[in-house]
Amino acid sequence: MNLAGLEDFDILRVRADFPLLSREVNSRPLVYLDNGATTQKPQQVIDAITHYYRDMNSNVHRGVHYLSQISTDAFEVTRRKVQAFIHAGHDHEVIITKGTTDSINLVAQCYGKVFVHAGDEIIISAMEHHSNIVPWQMLCEDRGAVLKVIPMDEQGELDIAQYRSLLSPKTKMVAVTYVSNALGTINPVKEIIRLAHQNNTPVLIDAAQAVQHLKIDVQDLDVDFLVFSGHKMYGPTGVGVLYGKEQWLNAIPPYQGGGDMIKDVTFEKTTYNDLPFKFEAGTPNIEAGICLAAAIDYIEAIGLDRIKAYEDELLEYATQRLTEIEGLKMIGTAKSKSSVLSFVIEGVHPYDIGVILDKLGIAVRTGHHCAQPVMDQFGIPGTVRASLAMYNTKEEIDRLTEGIKRAVGMLV
Amino acid sequence: MTINEIQDELIEDFTFYSDWMEKYEHIIQLGKELPLIDEQYKQDQFLIKGCQSKVWLYPTLKDGKVYFTADSDAVITKGLVSLMVKVLSGHTPQEIVASDLYFIDQIGLKEHLSPTRANGLLSMVKQMKLYALTLQATG
Repeated sequence: MNLAGLEDFDILRVRADFPLLSREVNSRPLVYLDNGATTQKPQQVIDAITHYYRDMNSNVHRGVHYLSQISTDAFEVTRRKVQAFIHAGHDHEVIITKGTTDSINLVAQCYGKVFVHAGDEIIISAMEHHSNIVPWQMLCEDRGAVLKVIPMDEQGELDIAQYRSLLSPKTKMVAVTYVSNALGTINPVKEIIRLAHQNNTPVLIDAAQAVQHLKIDVQDLDVDFLVFSGHKMYGPTGVGVLYGKEQWLNAIPPYQGGGDMIKDVTFEKTTYNDLPFKFEAGTPNIEAGICLAAAIDYIEAIGLDRIKAYEDELLEYATQRLTEIEGLKMIGTAKSKSSVLSFVIEGVHPYDIGVILDKLGIAVRTGHHCAQPVMDQFGIPGTVRASLAMYNTKEEIDRLTEGIKRAVGMLV
Repeated sequence: MTINEIQDELIEDFTFYSDWMEKYEHIIQLGKELPLIDEQYKQDQFLIKGCQSKVWLYPTLKDGKVYFTADSDAVITKGLVSLMVKVLSGHTPQEIVASDLYFIDQIGLKEHLSPTRANGLLSMVKQMKLYALTLQATG
């Protein structure tokens, strides 16, 4: 652990950057622990949004005029910042999308159209978010392919031996989450990718719950596709990323037809634009696309190593505090975990706990977290989930712990 | 008592509870007074859709009046269900369909009636009126 890094992680300064964190909810200082759903935004991102509309609003990739040039330049700055952020080989391997869901649907449909046929198989895991299940299910239904699922154990760890045995010449894609949104498990994605490649199968990694917590190097991972969203990494809503290896992005057809994704259009034949524009039809969310750069700058200025060291310490503290609550059962106890505390309390419905915590100014999520198969495996209707960000504190964990105790006192 | 008389009584009851905690403790207590649905009716058919917590609701018509039994797996939801049943049970289908449930707002539980709220209280009110409407037609 980088202890030197931790010492100069100034949590109060970080918190001061996020204006919303200082507001009250139900007459109490807000404790925001729903970061897995979306994170709050630092002033730097909010300023970037204002700056965009006040000084540069214009459509991108089209105009010869000044404003169009500066907004296009700014949009392309984001692409290069994303490239550096995930260490992609080329900036044209970074496709700007609407978000993780959009990115996964793009790959499922475009890759599927060419490479998936009747009888083929797609492998996902038992801990996927619905957004990394349903697009593949839709593809399988459309192509007559079969969806295979890597099982997980009681701790919420994937069974890699089972995964090995699922891989076959029929396997046309492996799509797995890096970090589970419902359990916090960090999956051994490098190993998963290596095994898939031995089988000549490409891999898509859902990094929606990973990019804000862990340093990602797509070349080191040797991943074929990697997807994430802006709004879960302190950035704007409505923007996301699809990283794809150049050879894959060139090998698959475009997603949507429209402006920007073409070279020439006649009524007889359209020739498509080069990467990355081939996959960016129509006017994008320009504001969010441009301002994602401010979120990346913010994360990089603090440093993911320091963020991870701080969040790991916070997770350990929170795990220790919560498990002292009588009747509380942690759902997801993998050895390698990130920032998620999902739990149930004997005899208490998660919804009831959520309502009482809300009254105490504490924001958590309750329910199945868009991962119903995970809940089914544990035989529960849902959990209470507290998900951490770099701006959360031990004092907030204490308030959560006290809040849960108070709720249990009322509810049991 | 009419539906509005029951609502007014509940509003007055709730004035005793000044802070939210007492109010919720009272709601949880009211859940324990809910006429429970017979186990045989705890089926999907009688489940209210749109609830994060489960709510089962079963209507019967007796002497021209509708009586509800219900249950929920979450205790706060159960308390809210109990309040609705207290107000609407024992009235004619016409009265139920025509009722204006102003008490929810007045006792400070309006947030629970929001269509975006995961407890489905709004779906429940709709379902109670729908049952009344159906019983009105068949009765």
